[in-house]
Amino acid sequence: MHESSTFSLSSLVPLIVVFPLLGVILNMLVGKRLGDPWAGIIASLMSGLAFVIAVLQLVGLFLEKFHATTVTIAEWIVIGTLKIPWAFQVDTLSVTMMLLVTGVGTLIHVYAIGYMKGDERFHRFFVYLNLFIVMMLFLVSGNNYLMLFLGWEGVGLCSYLLIGFWFDKGAGGVGNARAGRKAFVVNRIGDFGFVLALFLIFWTSGSLIFNDTFKYFEEKAKEHAAAVTAPAPAAAAGAKPAEGHGESEGPTTEQIATAITLLLLVGAAGKSAQIPLFVWLPDAMAGPTPVSALIHAATMVTAGIYMIVRSNVIFHLAPTSQMVVALIGASTAFLAGTIAVGQFDIKRVLAYSTISQLGFMIAAAGMGAYVAAMFHLLTHAFFKALLFLSSGSVIHGVEHGHHALHAHGGGHDHHEAPAPDAHGGHQAAHASAASPDHAAESYDPQDMRNMGGLRKHMNVTFWVYLIGAIALAGMFPFAGFWSKDEILADAWLIGSKQPYGVAVYVLLSVAAFFTAFYMGRQVFMVFFGGARTDAAKHAHESSWVMLTPLVILAVLSVIGGGLNLPKFIPGGEALGTWIEHSVEVHAVDFNLTVALISTGVGLFAIFLSYLVYGRSPMMTMTDPLERLGFLFRFLNGKWYVDELYNAIILRPVEGFATFAAYALDWDLWHDFFHDVIIAGGFRWFSGFLAGFVDKGIVDGFFDGLGGFVRETALNFREFQTGYVRNYALMVLIGVVAVLGYFLFVR
Amino acid sequence: MVPTSYYILLSAILFTLGVAGVLIRRNAIIVFMSVELMLNSANLAFVAFARAFQTGNAVSAAAMSGQIFVFFVMTVAAAEVAVGLALIVAIFKSKHSIDVDQVHQLKG
Repeated sequence: MHESSTFSLSSLVPLIVVFPLLGVILNMLVGKRLGDPWAGIIASLMSGLAFVIAVLQLVGLFLEKFHATTVTIAEWIVIGTLKIPWAFQVDTLSVTMMLLVTGVGTLIHVYAIGYMKGDERFHRFFVYLNLFIVMMLFLVSGNNYLMLFLGWEGVGLCSYLLIGFWFDKGAGGVGNARAGRKAFVVNRIGDFGFVLALFLIFWTSGSLIFNDTFKYFEEKAKEHAAAVTAPAPAAAAGAKPAEGHGESEGPTTEQIATAITLLLLVGAAGKSAQIPLFVWLPDAMAGPTPVSALIHAATMVTAGIYMIVRSNVIFHLAPTSQMVVALIGASTAFLAGTIAVGQFDIKRVLAYSTISQLGFMIAAAGMGAYVAAMFHLLTHAFFKALLFLSSGSVIHGVEHGHHALHAHGGGHDHHEAPAPDAHGGHQAAHASAASPDHAAESYDPQDMRNMGGLRKHMNVTFWVYLIGAIALAGMFPFAGFWSKDEILADAWLIGSKQPYGVAVYVLLSVAAFFTAFYMGRQVFMVFFGGARTDAAKHAHESSWVMLTPLVILAVLSVIGGGLNLPKFIPGGEALGTWIEHSVEVHAVDFNLTVALISTGVGLFAIFLSYLVYGRSPMMTMTDPLERLGFLFRFLNGKWYVDELYNAIILRPVEGFATFAAYALDWDLWHDFFHDVIIAGGFRWFSGFLAGFVDKGIVDGFFDGLGGFVRETALNFREFQTGYVRNYALMVLIGVVAVLGYFLFVR
Repeated sequence: MVPTSYYILLSAILFTLGVAGVLIRRNAIIVFMSVELMLNSANLAFVAFARAFQTGNAVSAAAMSGQIFVFFVMTVAAAEVAVGLALIVAIFKSKHSIDVDQVHQLKG
């Protein structure tokens, strides 16, 4: 069989979703009985098998000379010209994502076995996690937009379920559930744009299958180019896609492409947490830390970038959209980077950092630097997963220290999830008021102010965290350096041609500065200095089932840059040439100036963070940056974006909802329409029927009839006297009458 | 030969007397007798017509049927007397009277 010429490794690709799906079903059926840790081991195994399949696809692609193949399993939807199959696209782009999802996913599965130990819903966690893997693989491996959308919604659902996994925890007992709901609703806004984009794609190209759609747009572009350069048709063949020339009747291809891509951007902004829809991601940290690492850092949130890269053909037709995408990404990177500086929750810092890095990727995708976007996506997945998992290890350790201290019945009373303050800056309000004894009462194991000096207690965690932090800060030669610099070099290149590129470059550079600063701040605050609480003093290292994935990810974070080294190094541009088989790329050379500037900026930021936090470690609960006053409160309050949305969207919506509920529904609809019109009308009508029709006409008729019969009978009873002779006389009269009639009348 | 109309007239007079007796008299026995009188007036009419329809000495069904009907009437009258007298006895037992006006409980 293996030797058969018709057999190719790509035909195995459906198994990639079959295995995790099997895990879902198995754990749903018998997971509870298997319990801790076997449910987790099964889930990890299934995820691992999916990874093996992904590796086989990688091998297959090398054997097939990177030729993209489509594996169709079955028809899904066939309505008229709309034909959508269950089909998998095996090309370099999708296989890259498959490897990332299953690889990082498997590591996080293993980590979660340790992290979720003793949780009462242990098996359910792994059901969700495997379901997420299934959906994410649908997202990245489908050969049409609808399968992508299926996965898109599926991962959204898993995200919702996992954010609210400890739904009975959080602020007021509903904080986590609220966070899940927020993520869900915000994502729906993005999905709204995405669905419209799908409609528009089908409406214009008549297909949702990637290849057909892209072929259509490519041909359209060529046609337009030919039309424009009609006098010189020879030039048209190699011409670039149509530039703006919207004088013809009807919307031009460019206009349609702009509409589609802007709507796609709305979808990507929702899923990948960009301005203005990024607000759900920080709250999503309410979920267990492995979830934050897998879904809200490494994989799901990168779906938007994958989608943009996948749709690159359409984006190429819409330069306006590309500019918007790049600017949105860069602004998000800047905004989230600044906010991260002002946060105290260890996971929240990482959450804003994720948003910021996603901004880098979106900006890169917008500038057409797809290789850089995918490169940063991969390296970011490594070091951000590493950072999240390490922070989970830190939280775990501190919490155990807290429990050891207070001996809370020895139970694994699970993680006080962060209070996702739905109404924004309540944390800000309490930030300066927080005193040590207050902290002891409602102890928050995620608050960095409660840590300090953990380097001594959690040595392995410290080192891997440090690696992750340096990689994220973009220091040579760690993974982040190469990928971030490639994006910056791209921005530099664009900036030399178009003014918006300058803005993108400046924003991203500033964001890179903040990245290095807040990571330095975090590392100094958490690991250096002295323990600021007793819990931190009694923290201990996590188990090896948790540390092993960390070490693997740390290694990847160090060497991840090797995926796409600059061209002048032998074996450079590996990812570039690899991705090129799926996506049209324009490679950008390594730019020494950019690299030097960004390294300088990063080093300066780290030095600054050392000055503030490292030189004299903070011993109290007060952050030295609080001396900045209003500026710090502004950052801590997250630019008051939540408050802004509260004021301009939520409050009016709530007001309208209240109006609709009370004035429209209750007063008008219920009280007036139901009670007065309908009920009143019915009452009047039934009164009319009962009183006039029934009592008056019907009863009148029958009562009258009865009365008549009664009266008549009463009259007739007079005849029945009881005297026989009377009767006889009547008989006689009757006989005489009858006879008289016969004799005289007839 | 006495004309048939005489018989019919006599029959009518007898019937009228019977009716008058039934209507006027209160003694149940007398009423009863009056009923008999009416029956017998009918018998007389039957016989008279039977003779009127007879032609010669031939026995015809039309002529004989009148006479035969008289026998039926007498039979019925006998049966009626049996029942009627029994009723009168029963009434007398409860009422100690055979005045028909005493028996008028069945009234509206």
